[in-house]
Amino acid sequence: MTAGTAPLPSVPPPSVPLLSVRDVTMTFPGRRGGRSAPVRAVDGVSFDLAAGKTLGLVGESGCGKSTTGRMIVRLLEPTTGSITYDGRDISRLGRRELKPLRKDLQMVFQDPHSSLNPRQTVARIIADPLLVQGMAAAGARKRAAELMEMTGLIPEHIDRYPHEFSGGQAQRIGIARALATGPRLIVADEPVSALDVSVQAQIVNLMERLQRELGLAYLFIAHDLSVVKRVCNRVAVMYLGRIVEVGDKERVYAAPAHPYTQALLSAVPLPDPVAERARERITLLGDPPSPAAPPSGCTFHPRCPKAQEICRTEAPLLRVAAPGEAREVACHFAAADNP
Amino acid sequence: MTTTPTPASSPAPAAVPAGSGPWQLARAELRRRTAVKVSLAVVALFLLMAAGAPLLSSLAGWSPEEFDKTAVDPYLGGRPLGPLGGISADHWLGVEPVTGRDLFARVVHGAQVSLLIALTATAIVVLAGTAAGITAGYFGGRTDAVLSRLMDLTMSFPSLIFMIAMMSVAKDVNRILLMTAVIGLFGWPGVARVVRGQTLSLRHREYVDAARVGGSGPWRILTRDILPGVAGPVIAYTTLIVPGMIATEAALSYLGVGVRPPTPSWGQMIAESVAFYDTDPMYFVIPSTCLFLTVLAFTLLGDALRDVLDPRSGRT
Repeated sequence: MTAGTAPLPSVPPPSVPLLSVRDVTMTFPGRRGGRSAPVRAVDGVSFDLAAGKTLGLVGESGCGKSTTGRMIVRLLEPTTGSITYDGRDISRLGRRELKPLRKDLQMVFQDPHSSLNPRQTVARIIADPLLVQGMAAAGARKRAAELMEMTGLIPEHIDRYPHEFSGGQAQRIGIARALATGPRLIVADEPVSALDVSVQAQIVNLMERLQRELGLAYLFIAHDLSVVKRVCNRVAVMYLGRIVEVGDKERVYAAPAHPYTQALLSAVPLPDPVAERARERITLLGDPPSPAAPPSGCTFHPRCPKAQEICRTEAPLLRVAAPGEAREVACHFAAADNP
Repeated sequence: MTTTPTPASSPAPAAVPAGSGPWQLARAELRRRTAVKVSLAVVALFLLMAAGAPLLSSLAGWSPEEFDKTAVDPYLGGRPLGPLGGISADHWLGVEPVTGRDLFARVVHGAQVSLLIALTATAIVVLAGTAAGITAGYFGGRTDAVLSRLMDLTMSFPSLIFMIAMMSVAKDVNRILLMTAVIGLFGWPGVARVVRGQTLSLRHREYVDAARVGGSGPWRILTRDILPGVAGPVIAYTTLIVPGMIATEAALSYLGVGVRPPTPSWGQMIAESVAFYDTDPMYFVIPSTCLFLTVLAFTLLGDALRDVLDPRSGRT
């Protein structure tokens, strides 16, 4: 593949998702050499992501959303489960087998400055994935300049160092690096949460434009529900390593079915002050439990306003809440609550 | 280096052009410090002196092992003739009591031996320490456990006693080589610990993850992402261990297990001069001053380098 002429990604038939995650778990050994309880950061997560679409992954910090993203780009190897990319299980591939796939799967990180090596110029940072894939240095540099242009940076700044850029510009560099090899799927791990609000909007706009132009699929990890509402087609809500609700954005935002989603959405400020004052806020008590010692049954039950006896003993499965609805919920009382 | 002080000129950041990397910024910061200039000048002076030792002593007209019985008073126990230990146009820094050997020639050649041992030992320590530290820090797990215990073992070993024993037992080997090896053997864990700590913190930076997502293997990440990151602290630490190495060499030579006479070294000269402290104090003052100035200059330089290149560690 040559630099400028990356072919438009072929769109697979809609029945086959670009990315398919099935029952993925990630268990980290406990501290003190594994003598304390292991930590289940991700516990049986499944979802699909179609080419050119955006799936939002939301939840509190520590709920396993970043771990999930890292497994998909294979910075981590899942303990169990499968990750199928473009019809191929990539969850057990070694580094050498993964290398050609690195072209397709890229990542944008949360902290733009920490994700750029302070001792490398922008040219080296953006061109690095291309050099790894075996492109010649001159061609990689030319492509890096093109990518800077594409992401709204000034190509003349190619020989500058990261500390000379603002946070928003640095994040554009991070996006340019992720785009270098012409990927089809980008895992964006809280790409705007370290930025000022005005800059957030610019970066979100840039990512949307790039998606339209390049046909990218995003796994958009965030805790800011308003940002997710803006960029995503589908939303998955995670709590303590599990997906508690997943579905089309409109449905989830309009009528959240899981009590946790309801609580999260009730914390999002509304632009209309009258509506803001009128609506009911659900305040969750306590902190999320430790994933090393999750509660029995439904892991949300100690904080759930609707918890009943069954929640303490039986873990709810993710299932379609109402017939014919493109939304699944893991709650014993979801269906009863939502007509 | 500027010769005229410019008190009015503020340390303008504008002096650093756009597109300057971290190294250029550090160099600009160092250039502003007077202590750096002075200590660099002293270090350069002694290094030049050591490198040009044969030339300098031939200029002075004496070889370090040449006796000059005319410069000492045979009736006063071989006390140097003339004031201040025999300083004269003939003997620039005076002479050794009893033998009349030229002190300038011996100090200059002693610098060569002392600095050669100290710098070579430092090089061994830094290379071995960096390799061990970066391996332990990056790969972690069992590799880290083994290397860290090895560091603890080496550090808890009574090194001075071992060095004395080793140097006394090994009679017919190249003393300079053996000393370098023995000093180097016990020095590496210090560097290794610094590098390991730094590597541990760098390994979890997102740019290392970014390199892995880009497809880089461990070697590429170590050389392109980790090593440049540990280089700053390592340079600062290196400059700070040189004086320790010089002092160790001097201590071993002082204890009589260092380089063998007639090869001069500063420590050995100081040891010999102690017997004459009463009659010829200059014999003691001259090598001690050299030792003191070199150690001080390296320490000041190392402190400044650490301030600039490794700001987090701070002074201890």
